[in-house]
Amino acid sequence: MKKGKGMQFVGDSRITADKQKFIPKDYSEYPGRTEAFWPNFLLKEWLVGAVFLVGFLCLTLAHPAPLEKMADPTDAAYIPLPDWYFLFLYQFLKYEFASGPYFVLGAIVAPGLAFGGLLLAPFLDKGPNRRPVNRPIATGLMLLGIISVFWLTYEAAEHVNWEEKAENNKPVLQPEVEIDTESAGYAVFENSCMQCHGDQLQGGGAAPSLIGIDYSVEELKDIAKNGIRTMPAGQFKGSEEELQQLAEFIVSVNEQVK
Amino acid sequence: MMQRIYDWIDERVDITPLWRDIADHEVPEHVNPAHHFSAFVYCFGGLTFFVTVIQVLSGMFLTMYYVPDIENAWKSVYYLQTEVAHGQIVRGMHHWGASVVIVMLFLHTLRVFFQGAYKKPRELNWMVGVMIFFVMLGLGLTGYLLPWDNKAYFATQVTLEIAEGVPFIGEATKTLLAGDAEIVGAQTLTRFFAIHVFFLPAALFLLMGIHFIMIRKQGISGPL
Repeated sequence: MKKGKGMQFVGDSRITADKQKFIPKDYSEYPGRTEAFWPNFLLKEWLVGAVFLVGFLCLTLAHPAPLEKMADPTDAAYIPLPDWYFLFLYQFLKYEFASGPYFVLGAIVAPGLAFGGLLLAPFLDKGPNRRPVNRPIATGLMLLGIISVFWLTYEAAEHVNWEEKAENNKPVLQPEVEIDTESAGYAVFENSCMQCHGDQLQGGGAAPSLIGIDYSVEELKDIAKNGIRTMPAGQFKGSEEELQQLAEFIVSVNEQVK
Repeated sequence: MMQRIYDWIDERVDITPLWRDIADHEVPEHVNPAHHFSAFVYCFGGLTFFVTVIQVLSGMFLTMYYVPDIENAWKSVYYLQTEVAHGQIVRGMHHWGASVVIVMLFLHTLRVFFQGAYKKPRELNWMVGVMIFFVMLGLGLTGYLLPWDNKAYFATQVTLEIAEGVPFIGEATKTLLAGDAEIVGAQTLTRFFAIHVFFLPAALFLLMGIHFIMIRKQGISGPL
């Protein structure tokens, strides 16, 4: 670019008035068979990107994003698990040498060393060699790291019954219902059922919600006395009249939902 | 027409050097899969960027429906998932993208590591890259809580317990993240939302900018 005296600018700006033509660098300046990034190589990149996007969308369509039940802090039976890429750390912290009195070792020192080493790799592996076989320590440590992460992730995931976990935690939108806590049926419910099914019939850790179920009065009377699935028999304690009131109460709540 | 618009702008703001910095360069033979198929390993960095773009776009659309509040967060996600047109696909893209981006980052890191491409003069770029990895893990961690379902809630509780166990700064860190020393609740959700949507993306864009500028300055590392 021409500099100094005689240089022309656009108005009072610092932009030169001399029009420089867009001249790509000579290919001969580069070794090997180079290719211009724009537009040749970028077009190929976009094609690869398009194929990748199609595959990615197929994954999205085949497996919708999971959603579990709304968070319930009182659900003591729930076994917490982190997202899959933290499973290895989660599993590591379960081992005796990394938990309890050694928690600091497992949660801070070991991951700190591993990630610190990764961050400072260029300063730890200073030699001129770039081929993996010529720097055995760096390569060896990295392979060890990869193997342990894979193995720990496998160990953590193996014991989990993912299908059962998803089945037990299906999302349910709790319909809005008004529960008449003054009714005779609710009094009976309080005595026999509330402990498991909750004060708003919403269910709990051991029993399902009673809202949105489709049973008749007769069926409900039978279930209250004889149980169903995991519900044991003999949960209901009271007279026949109370049983009738209870069943009618539950049916009346469910009629609101319909 | 396009050329005339370009010329008109170029005459006034001189964008050609900018443009040349971004796009006018040669792609060397050893990174071009058209010449050596094994060069596909050089795609992982670009694919990471591509998935990041998917994450940003799908995330922007998700915030149109998402409500960061413990009463409504789950309900808004449920509504998005079941009622909104294509909501399931957009949320699916964001959910799966979060996993795919970690996989791609992992592969990109391994490529750079095993090729020794982090050696002089590229030490700084390697460190920026590792920091991008950490930011990405942070995005995954904070995003996991946002649907406010059981797995989100209890996983976050475990994470915060681990943070609390750190000596000296643990309790302060937990309070900073959760908004309370004991409760994982309304404050936690809004803080994680803010971190996920504002703080970490800002850090990510800054680091990515530095990463890319350094790549253009230094060029891609030579063949082994």
